Amino acid sequence: MANEALLSLRGIDKVFPGVMALMGVDFTLRKGEIHALMGENGAGKSTLIKVLTGVYTKDNGTIELEGKEVSIRSPQDAQHLGISTVYQEITLCPNLSVAENMYIGRSDDIYQNWKKMNEGADKMLKSLDIPARATQQLGSCSIAVQQMVAIARAVDMDCKVLILDEPTSSLDDQEVQKLFKLMRELKGRGVGIIFVTHFLDQVYEVCDRITVLRDGKLVGEYEIKDLPRLQLVSKMLGKELDDLSDIHTEENASHIDEKGEPLFEAEGLSSTEGIKPFDFYIRKGEVNGFTGLLGSGRSECVRAIFGADRVVSGTVKKDGKTIKIQKPIDAMKNGIGYLPEDRKVDGIIGDLSVRENIILALQVMKGFFKPFTKAEAYAFADEYIKALSIKTASADTPIKSLSGGNQQKCILARWLLTHPDYLILDEPTRGIDVGTKVDIQKLVLKLASEGMSITFISSETDEMLRTCSRLIVMRDRRVVGELKGEDLTQNKIMSTIAGGDEAK
Amino acid sequence: MKKKVLAALLTATMVLGLTACGGAAPASEAAPAAPAAQEAEAPAAEEEPAAEEPAAEEPAAEAEAPAASGDLIKVGIINNDPNESGYRTANDKDLKETFTEANGYEASFAYSLKNDEQITAAQKFIQDGVDYLLLSAADTSGWDSVLKDAQDAGIQVILFDRTIDADPSLYAASIVSDMDKEGETAVNWLAEQKLDEYNVIHIQGVMGSAAQKGRSGALDAKVAAEDNWNIVTQQTAEWNAENAQQIVQSVIDAGTKFNVIYAENDDMAKGAVAALDKANISHGVGKDVIVMGFDCNKWALEELLAQNWNYDGQCNPFQSSYIDAVIKDLQAGKQPAEKVIVMNEVGFDATTITQEDVDKYGI
Amino acid sequence: MSIGKNRNVTDIFGKLFKNQIFIPLAAMFILLLFNLVADPSFFKITMGYNSAGNPVLSGYLMTILDNGSELAILAIGMTLVTAASGGQDISVGAAIAIAGSTLLRALCGTNTRPDTLRMPIFVAFIISCLVAMAFGAFNGALVSIFKIQPMVATLILYTAGRSIAAWINNNELPIISEPKFGYYGGFIPGIPIPTPFFIAAAMVVIITLVLKFTNLGLYTQAVGINESSSRLNGLNPVFIKWLTFVILGACVAVAALIKVSRLSSINYSVIAKDIEMDAILAVALGGNALGGGKFNMASSIIGAFVIQMLTTTLFKFQVPSDALPAYKAVVVILLVVFSAPVVRDKMSQIIKKMNSRKGAV
Repeated sequence: MANEALLSLRGIDKVFPGVMALMGVDFTLRKGEIHALMGENGAGKSTLIKVLTGVYTKDNGTIELEGKEVSIRSPQDAQHLGISTVYQEITLCPNLSVAENMYIGRSDDIYQNWKKMNEGADKMLKSLDIPARATQQLGSCSIAVQQMVAIARAVDMDCKVLILDEPTSSLDDQEVQKLFKLMRELKGRGVGIIFVTHFLDQVYEVCDRITVLRDGKLVGEYEIKDLPRLQLVSKMLGKELDDLSDIHTEENASHIDEKGEPLFEAEGLSSTEGIKPFDFYIRKGEVNGFTGLLGSGRSECVRAIFGADRVVSGTVKKDGKTIKIQKPIDAMKNGIGYLPEDRKVDGIIGDLSVRENIILALQVMKGFFKPFTKAEAYAFADEYIKALSIKTASADTPIKSLSGGNQQKCILARWLLTHPDYLILDEPTRGIDVGTKVDIQKLVLKLASEGMSITFISSETDEMLRTCSRLIVMRDRRVVGELKGEDLTQNKIMSTIAGGDEAK
Repeated sequence: MKKKVLAALLTATMVLGLTACGGAAPASEAAPAAPAAQEAEAPAAEEEPAAEEPAAEEPAAEAEAPAASGDLIKVGIINNDPNESGYRTANDKDLKETFTEANGYEASFAYSLKNDEQITAAQKFIQDGVDYLLLSAADTSGWDSVLKDAQDAGIQVILFDRTIDADPSLYAASIVSDMDKEGETAVNWLAEQKLDEYNVIHIQGVMGSAAQKGRSGALDAKVAAEDNWNIVTQQTAEWNAENAQQIVQSVIDAGTKFNVIYAENDDMAKGAVAALDKANISHGVGKDVIVMGFDCNKWALEELLAQNWNYDGQCNPFQSSYIDAVIKDLQAGKQPAEKVIVMNEVGFDATTITQEDVDKYGI
Repeated sequence: MSIGKNRNVTDIFGKLFKNQIFIPLAAMFILLLFNLVADPSFFKITMGYNSAGNPVLSGYLMTILDNGSELAILAIGMTLVTAASGGQDISVGAAIAIAGSTLLRALCGTNTRPDTLRMPIFVAFIISCLVAMAFGAFNGALVSIFKIQPMVATLILYTAGRSIAAWINNNELPIISEPKFGYYGGFIPGIPIPTPFFIAAAMVVIITLVLKFTNLGLYTQAVGINESSSRLNGLNPVFIKWLTFVILGACVAVAALIKVSRLSSINYSVIAKDIEMDAILAVALGGNALGGGKFNMASSIIGAFVIQMLTTTLFKFQVPSDALPAYKAVVVILLVVFSAPVVRDKMSQIIKKMNSRKGAV
């Protein structure tokens, strides 16, 4: 039963102008399995999923569902065949009720029995153990619950194949666990689940099988037990990875000037976003970081430093001199750069070209009446496209058509171009491929060794342990501890986050 | 909080807009009651533009009635927006000059180009207990129920400038221009010019309006009847000078011959003339093209006086003296002799117009 | 060899097709073609003299250049407003009435038939320009500070504007007899090309220089595409949006000068009536997204002249002017259809096919 092929794709080709996005890709999903689809950004994961859900039509190849060949030309086709997708961004309507969201667009009848609908929804939610009521407004649920509602909607449509596209990116650990519970429940019911994620831990926790894609081609399909992590990473990157552990913090710390004034210092800083006033400093050449659970206030702290949120109290000093930072431009003029947490909302300017995105911050600092010439702008852009090996057709390509990792590199380039003394990187590695993650970590250490001060925030603790020489731990919007040297271990961080220091 | 500030701001803006509409009007309301003595003189001094109307001698006698009782006659006036046109501006000004406290009236004004807003205003006037409701309706229909309310409340309704589709028993009198006659007067004048051939550019007003229908009707009938009358182009410029200019420009660019411009208002005639000037086509008395306009704007009559235009037809906006007469009748307990009172309207020929005409009839 | 050449041609065509400016150019081409087939006299330009004895060029094409000028000027401002705020200003016509009324008030004072002007025309224009920019600033403040939808915010001035214009001149209709005043909407003695065209050309040159020598283009686009991101890059989105409305105010004042000068008078209720819709249409016809973001100024300006070409063509064929909006609606529909990604994809596929077929032959 478990080995019965539910869905099989054979020799799928998809061509976009100038790009072979998929070349002869095979993929097999069995009943009652959770199957991870892995690959770097640009490997073809999204394209494959879009082919499967009818967003794109394949150029070649066959799709078989339960042994019968099917043609999927539109998302409706996919839905009718029982292929449902839950995306990273919630695609439901937050202003409708949970039940309405579960049933919207599904009935061909004009008439809708609300009572029956609510009852049905409640039953489904209960059976899947989802903590939501049918009549509740969807927007009032947490993101995790919203995602579960989306899954419940799919299940209720008798889906055979459920595609989860980066569902865990915006969930905290607890919520992830709830989601996994739900996934296992569905697996028990015989649903085949395709799980796309960047979190390796999660793959090994919940999946049965892994299919790896690279550059639009199939690398292989593996049982989870046959593929240790390191091998997975090397298959995704297509090279034997010199272990990430070659990045070491010990020698990093050596060049930090421990004496004298810190490069940047804040006292009693707080913003309208509700963080408790905190003190902070960073020395020249230091890499430090804020850690804590999602929502603990780590992003809000750096936003307050950069003036991204309205600062309500506190004083800041740069090189020992008191400065005023009320808005981003003040911070920029004082040599501070900030790569924001949410790349799409706060980072990229989607329709503008890679070139314009890269020069933007420096251009703003230079002034309204002093635009760079085209030649200058191209020179800057080309320099950083090369330095950070940004994969783009040209400097004139709109940034939104780049993959996530390359977009992030552009934003990084934007701030490096301003040659800041102090660079804040808030989740620079989120939602991007492993290769770029490593690149960015290496770059951070290189920049620090050249004397730049960097604050590095990441949800993945091991990344922070690798790069930071000092960690500021946050809980419930307040700073609860500072770790350095020997204290920089996973366990110590956990216990600090958990609140070991508080007298009970 | 922001929303409140916004609301206040919006209100302020609206108020600004409204006061701007009102112009200099409300002053009369605030002023203390004028002495009765002045009141007696005022109607006399105010010898109306269109002089020989029916009840000219009455006012002197009647004026005593309201003055003696110390009461002012309350009138509620519902009119179209005075900014609509020069005609309306003159009309509004005329009403304001007549219905003053000095003349024994307490007048309230409401302006709108929309029927429903006008009806709301009428209801408010009825509630306020006005004695007379003067109405220039934006639209001909929809007035029955509100006029019945007025009748029940004992309020007399007098229509001016525009008629409505309602039972005549619902209003006391209707003072109107005869648009058909305006058109006929103009076309007759044109026929008298005895041209060998009439090639007319006919620039129409907003289609379906009473003025357009009346003024177009006469010309259309004549063109259909006479062989040597041709329409070169017939288009609506929607009372808009710029559109008229483009229409005439288009005819000139096409090289079509024409010798008459029949524009249904002065603005459009002005636009047409601008196009003629640009193409060096002479116009006016004894020139290549005859220019005809309507409404007797003062500036248009000046063009006539300078013989740049040939004809201008009046559309009399000075109804207030007629209304005043009707009210005086009704106060005295008399029904007006005719329910529908058609005002005197004339057409001016550039060869005979005088400066006095310009001053007297120009609006 | 010839195959290669063919391919080049289709490549160039394909590239042009992808370019935004293709849309208004194609529309213009279709209109010109239609006129050429229907009546070639459309293209005739003759030299004549106007009643003041000055040489003037006339013909349909000159009429288009002449009457399209105000629209082109307004399209400049409207493009910037659209780009930065993602919405449109619908009070442009009313604002022209205000600016025109201010101009006349400054020139005439309270005397509606002045023999001499109270001040140089240039000074009066500056005054009216300041007034128009102030009203633009008011609109801009509502949009940028109070975050009201641009169409809703400008609805206020759209409603009240013409009354304000009438109030400025106490409801009087001043007429200026000074011939010099007529130059701006007519002809300068000795120059046979209509002045409005020169004014529009000057505005185009100014905006080109501004876009070249400042970051106005980059900033408005950045703010229009992603406000939050722009702020984090040190921009002040509130100020930039506000600024675009003020710039539109200046464009309005220039357009008002031409409009008022054409007849040396004003009619508050009908001057520049519905011109805002044409200006918005020009922006749309230029292929610019009405939701804001990236823009192409040249494309908008061409769009403006295309709309005037359409209007003039319709006048030529004696379409009643109250039916013009219906024809414009058809254009809008075609525009929307042809700029839809689905259709464009299909079209480029067809072009590709043609390309490959030619390659094979």
